[in-house]
Amino acid sequence: MKLTKLQIGQIARISSIDDSPFKEKLLEMGCLPGVLVKPILKAPFGDPIAYELEEYTLSMRNKESDTITVKLLDPLFNI
Amino acid sequence: METTKIILAGNPNCGKSSLFNQLTGLKQKITNVPGTTIENKVGRLRVGNVNIELIDTPGTYSFNPKSLDEKEAVKVFFEKPEPSTILYIADAANLKRNLFYFSQLAQHKIPMILVLNMLDISDFKGFEINVDRLEKELGVRVFKINARTGVGVDLLKKALGEDQFVPHYQFGSADDHTHETHFESITKLLNKTTTLKSKRELISNKIDAWATHPILGYLMFLSVLLVIFQSVFTLASYPMDWIEGGFSMLSEVLSNTLPDGWLKRLLVNGLLAGIAGVVVFVPQIAILFFFMGLLEDTGYMARVSFIMDKMLRGLGLSGKSIVPLLSGAACAIPAIMSTRNIENWKDRLITIMVTPLMSCSARLPVYTLLISMAIPSTLILGFINLQALVMLAMYVLGTVAALIAALVFKWIIKHDIPSYFIMELPVYHVPRWKNIWLTCWQKSLSFITEAGKVILLVSIVLWFLASYGPNRTSGFSIQESVNLEESYAGHFGKGIEPAIRPLGFNWKIGIALITSFAAREVFVGTMSTIYSIGDEENFDQLRDKMNKDTLSNGEPVYSIAVVLSLMVFYAFAMQCMSTLAVVYRETKSWKWPAIQFVYMTGLAYLGSWIVFTLFR
Repeated sequence: MKLTKLQIGQIARISSIDDSPFKEKLLEMGCLPGVLVKPILKAPFGDPIAYELEEYTLSMRNKESDTITVKLLDPLFNI
Repeated sequence: METTKIILAGNPNCGKSSLFNQLTGLKQKITNVPGTTIENKVGRLRVGNVNIELIDTPGTYSFNPKSLDEKEAVKVFFEKPEPSTILYIADAANLKRNLFYFSQLAQHKIPMILVLNMLDISDFKGFEINVDRLEKELGVRVFKINARTGVGVDLLKKALGEDQFVPHYQFGSADDHTHETHFESITKLLNKTTTLKSKRELISNKIDAWATHPILGYLMFLSVLLVIFQSVFTLASYPMDWIEGGFSMLSEVLSNTLPDGWLKRLLVNGLLAGIAGVVVFVPQIAILFFFMGLLEDTGYMARVSFIMDKMLRGLGLSGKSIVPLLSGAACAIPAIMSTRNIENWKDRLITIMVTPLMSCSARLPVYTLLISMAIPSTLILGFINLQALVMLAMYVLGTVAALIAALVFKWIIKHDIPSYFIMELPVYHVPRWKNIWLTCWQKSLSFITEAGKVILLVSIVLWFLASYGPNRTSGFSIQESVNLEESYAGHFGKGIEPAIRPLGFNWKIGIALITSFAAREVFVGTMSTIYSIGDEENFDQLRDKMNKDTLSNGEPVYSIAVVLSLMVFYAFAMQCMSTLAVVYRETKSWKWPAIQFVYMTGLAYLGSWIVFTLFR
């Protein structure tokens, strides 16, 4: 599923990132396959959304998170 | 004596500036090479008998720069002489991402030092880092410090005088240096050297629930703006009074002691008046810089960008545009320079083009004078001062104009690369007062020197033009003019009078408009020069003199229509050479400052004409 579709608090693992002009930016920010991600905050109007990324918080527009495919983890699993 | 060059590098928000300030104290300067966009801080320190030149670079996430300030950070590594060491600082609470830029720099065979900034936050998160093991794996020296309190900095400082080592840890593999392989190596390294204990919810997340709330978030931002606005007006008025008083005392002393003649008039009416005109703004600008620094340093500004992004996006801007737009209320020059961290060229260009429409502090004295002339100080609903309300309206007018202009530029400027907004939300922290004061001091100082030069020059030229005129009998020689009308300035003013008459302006205002094209605040000085012959006047007297000025038919020159028309003109017109120079420097083309000049001045003419026609 797309990262954008996650509910606040759900934890998922990034499985792939589509090619885009900002893919490199995402990668260098530590947003790459295998990494655990959890949406924690939505801006008013639901865009952009802030995600907890292992050690820190990264915000991106939904247009950007739409290029990221994730696999939802078992809800009992906690980082 | 040996001098070595050390580059300080690291991610944004990792404590780099704090460390730089701890190491160099006040011995630092912003290098600003004209014509280029290099802006790095250089500080000096001495360890034993080694002189160290420490270069602070803008915080960067990778060696493949995306934005202009990142490009500058990377450029330093290619400048001669080569650095002897890279001092790399990493936020210990966020080591994985922080080590990515380190892993890229490690490919360059330059000796490195790794500094782990252990803020309280990393204890809170429950990390444990085995420094000895990390040193062994990386092959470089590793120091633990607290950049805020200075714990551990002494030990690090001593090491800066010694030879350092080239890292030998293999990031990626010999022929594979992708983001993925580098992060893989970093993860392996951290698995060997760190243990993650328990993890608790950060206080940041709780604050964010409020700061980004759909209603409370905006209310909070609005209240912050009101506090800043209020402080700039009330707090700054005290030092401004002292400065004005001091300068008028000084000019009185000088007029009484110096012998009469042109030199005295140049010193008192030209030079001193010019310097006073610059210095008097410093309190307001410093207060604005202080608040901007505070908002950025605590991490709140990133939240403002976060909640404003969606709205600003529709106008062709980005959440990151909020910093330049707000700084524009102090001064467009540093505001335009702060657009450098906007990655997308179109977003950045639009921000640059509209920022000067935000009412900067140079417009403030113009508004103050004009409002005091035409608007009565009556209370509305018993507590709102009408004068204050009109002042607020001028700020709103500027902001609305900036947003509309952005929308127009969004349609006009063509650019293929889509913009993105991928931004770290840093953890909130207690303000680092020392950093904020230093930045505030440096920015105010550069305002005095940069804007001051122009304003000073204009004051002197204006004094000359207003005091001298063409000789009526011979035509070419210069003579001291008896009255303003016959001076060079008077001739200029009369020359443009036909063009500005539809706006309700006469030739005296014409002179002020011309001189204001150097800098807006020159208006007040020009008016006081025009309305005073010989002696220095205080504010009230100037206002009264202007109010007494009448047209040939006996009506006052400064009717409410004229005053409002003038205020609208000053709100919109591009009357700041320093800003145009900065726009040229930042866009590397005369095209953009030219367009900016034309559209803003055209808008001013149109706006003034409409207001004058409506209120006449």
